[in-house]
Amino acid sequence: MENNKILYRGAEAEICYCHYNGNPAVQKRRVKKRYRIKEIDKKLISLRTKEEAKLIADSRRQGVSVPIIYDVDLKEGIITMEYLNGDRIKDILNNLSENKRNKICNMIGESIAKLHNGNIIHGDITTSNMILCNDGIHFIDFGLGEKNGETEAQGVDLHVLMEAINSTHSKYSDCFKYVIDGYSKKLKKDASQVLKKIDEIVKRGRYR
Amino acid sequence: MKCIGIEGTAHTIAAGIVEDKSSKCQVLSNIIKIYRPKQGGIHPREAANHHATYVAEIIKESFLKAGIDSSEIDLVAFSKGPGLGPCLRTAATAARALSLSIEKPIIGVNHCVAHLEIGIGTLDNCTDPVLLYTSGANTQVIAFAEGKYRVFGETLDIGIGNCIDKFGRSVGLEFPCGPKIEKLAEMGSKYIELPYSIKGMDIAFSGLLTASEQFFKNGERLENICYSIQETTFAALTEVTERAMAHTEKDEVLLGGGVASNARLREMVETMACDRGARCFVPQKDLCIDNGAMIAWLGLIMYKSGLRMEIKDSHIDQRFRTDMVEVNWRGK
Repeated sequence: MENNKILYRGAEAEICYCHYNGNPAVQKRRVKKRYRIKEIDKKLISLRTKEEAKLIADSRRQGVSVPIIYDVDLKEGIITMEYLNGDRIKDILNNLSENKRNKICNMIGESIAKLHNGNIIHGDITTSNMILCNDGIHFIDFGLGEKNGETEAQGVDLHVLMEAINSTHSKYSDCFKYVIDGYSKKLKKDASQVLKKIDEIVKRGRYR
Repeated sequence: MKCIGIEGTAHTIAAGIVEDKSSKCQVLSNIIKIYRPKQGGIHPREAANHHATYVAEIIKESFLKAGIDSSEIDLVAFSKGPGLGPCLRTAATAARALSLSIEKPIIGVNHCVAHLEIGIGTLDNCTDPVLLYTSGANTQVIAFAEGKYRVFGETLDIGIGNCIDKFGRSVGLEFPCGPKIEKLAEMGSKYIELPYSIKGMDIAFSGLLTASEQFFKNGERLENICYSIQETTFAALTEVTERAMAHTEKDEVLLGGGVASNARLREMVETMACDRGARCFVPQKDLCIDNGAMIAWLGLIMYKSGLRMEIKDSHIDQRFRTDMVEVNWRGK
């Protein structure tokens, strides 16, 4: 692959392929937005880059697989990190055998529990943001994450995944049950509080 | 086919008549009357009293303006929700009375979906947009996905219009505060840092409102606060809209609701669309704010798709969610 090839273009950032000290790497570049004034643009880009790099490093400390960070440029809003040569869970989950699928979901749940044990909220847990690589599930894109140990935030975090599974993997919506199994096993506090929160969040939707 | 629509979800009581011409919407008349409280915010009962006083007059005027007789109408549509109960009931009651007296079918429609469909119906080349719907009570990003109109992002607390009105009232401006704050903002030049609160694709405004009121109390120039409120909230709105566009892979954005009249918001969304190679659409002003023509148009396309409603089922629903609407007038 060529350097600077854009692998993905999101609303907020571009992911480019590159090399770092000879290793294959990616750069997440937050894009300047012309629609907002400079003061807001600068603040958001530098704040979010910093927060994301911190959360990725914290997650590794909790034993969750994440890309290794090589470099952070706060002024330009660039994080350079390890290139993961694997498959997005979103693309493979529907084609796996039932056994393997359930096992993967279990592992996803365990990883989320480890994040939550470290008061880390990912903020956008969808199957697009997980990469299966070397038999481990790597979490990427912490751009919407935060440090927060509240049951409420943990419930919201899991609720996002539930909605994602229901819409993207609707045939296999029992997947979420296996996620919860893994989650309950690894979470240090009583998972039933978090599960109760999820029910609450579902009922709380505006006009519902 | 000709349809009359009666709108009454909040401040506005309105009646509009539309006709379909080769599946596009022709607006024959669109009469709008807005309740303006002398002080404070909207009182649902007083707004409903206002609507009850004027609804008959407005319906008559809509026929007059369209140059047609009530016998030429094929369908009566009304705003079923979401909105304030007393206001919704007043409009629905008027719709039932009209439907019975001219002996034409009735149909209740979702107000938020109507804002989107009127854009598609009246604007050339607008076919499958992401709608940024910003009004007093509602702030939603809506798009069609997997057979339904889905909400991809919305306010977690108050609507953007409500946020602006509340701030305006706290500094002594009169309802509607939006246009006044827009003028003041043009004279502001210094950006004051205000809370920018986005969670995923959802937004919150109440923290920003409190902070803005605090800055005013501490003697900050009103023009600068207005400028900062607009820059912060509109940037957040534009950001969630862009996220929804990236997520749904759509390249059209449509504005709707009263706040879409704000030139700065339009400018920001247009810039965002332009930078992503997408197109931005804004309906003409009387079709952007709450109006009867959009209710009529949605009623018409729903009826043509085969949907029917009996008078006994023509009740209102204050909490009528966008994603509760069964959409069978569009393909997958």
